[in-house]
Amino acid sequence: MHALANPARFLRFARPATAWLLLAGLAIAIAGMAAGLTLTPPDYLQGETVRIMYIHVPSAWLGMAGWAGIAAASFSQLVWRHPLAAIGGRAVAPVGATFAAICLITGSIWGRPTWGTWWEWDGRLTSMLVLFFLYLGYIALAAAEQERGGQGRIAAIYGLAGAVNLPIIHYSVLWWRTLHQGESIGLTGSTIDTSILWPLPLTLIGFTCLFGAAVLIRMRAELAQAKIEARIRRMGTP
Amino acid sequence: MNSWPFVVAAYAIAIGLTAALLILSFASMRRAEAAADALSRK
Repeated sequence: MHALANPARFLRFARPATAWLLLAGLAIAIAGMAAGLTLTPPDYLQGETVRIMYIHVPSAWLGMAGWAGIAAASFSQLVWRHPLAAIGGRAVAPVGATFAAICLITGSIWGRPTWGTWWEWDGRLTSMLVLFFLYLGYIALAAAEQERGGQGRIAAIYGLAGAVNLPIIHYSVLWWRTLHQGESIGLTGSTIDTSILWPLPLTLIGFTCLFGAAVLIRMRAELAQAKIEARIRRMGTP
Repeated sequence: MNSWPFVVAAYAIAIGLTAALLILSFASMRRAEAAADALSRK
């Protein structure tokens, strides 16, 4: 992490990594989705709608992982003053927000035929919606701070404080047993049959690679923008 | 109830939003890197 603190060194790593992550992500995600749509049997209770799992679960994981990334970048910025930490946090936020939105929308679409409702103020759904709003707040705060020439410290504190929501999302299905199903995939195993489960790791890996590619792309855009602004400032100095 | 329209809608939204995110991010990166290169050549 500290080895990549130098922007020039980071760019030497990021340029090939972006292409590899993009290509691998597209190939693996497409393979996983195709397998999930055509090669697995329908669920005995939910029927065909179980196929929404292959996009809903990765987007939920990435929505949460995105905020964990923001919290790690914020910590790194506040403690070690890592030069790329604020850029990293700002790059992750729109990507994490997009996946949180995908999770909420696909969950709602899955809920209609399964639960008979598009939305319920259930613990898991509400805490995920809170995460989406936290992302919007972070994006607005970081942009405002950047515009005023700040170091991004207020956004970093907000990023760390917002991480409190992550265990709430994770444990919400245990604390409030309402509509959302309990934990069906854990570290030790799964309650889902293997014949249905197997494409899920593919979409998880594929979308994670696409998430990484999007973050690197946005970090490269931020670094180029910073270079332009520095150059303009130098040109303006007599 | 035919559940395929729900499946198709969920996939279309997930693919559409992911593609939009990647395309818009890539376009802004290309624009910024091209502008930075042009400025450093001056």
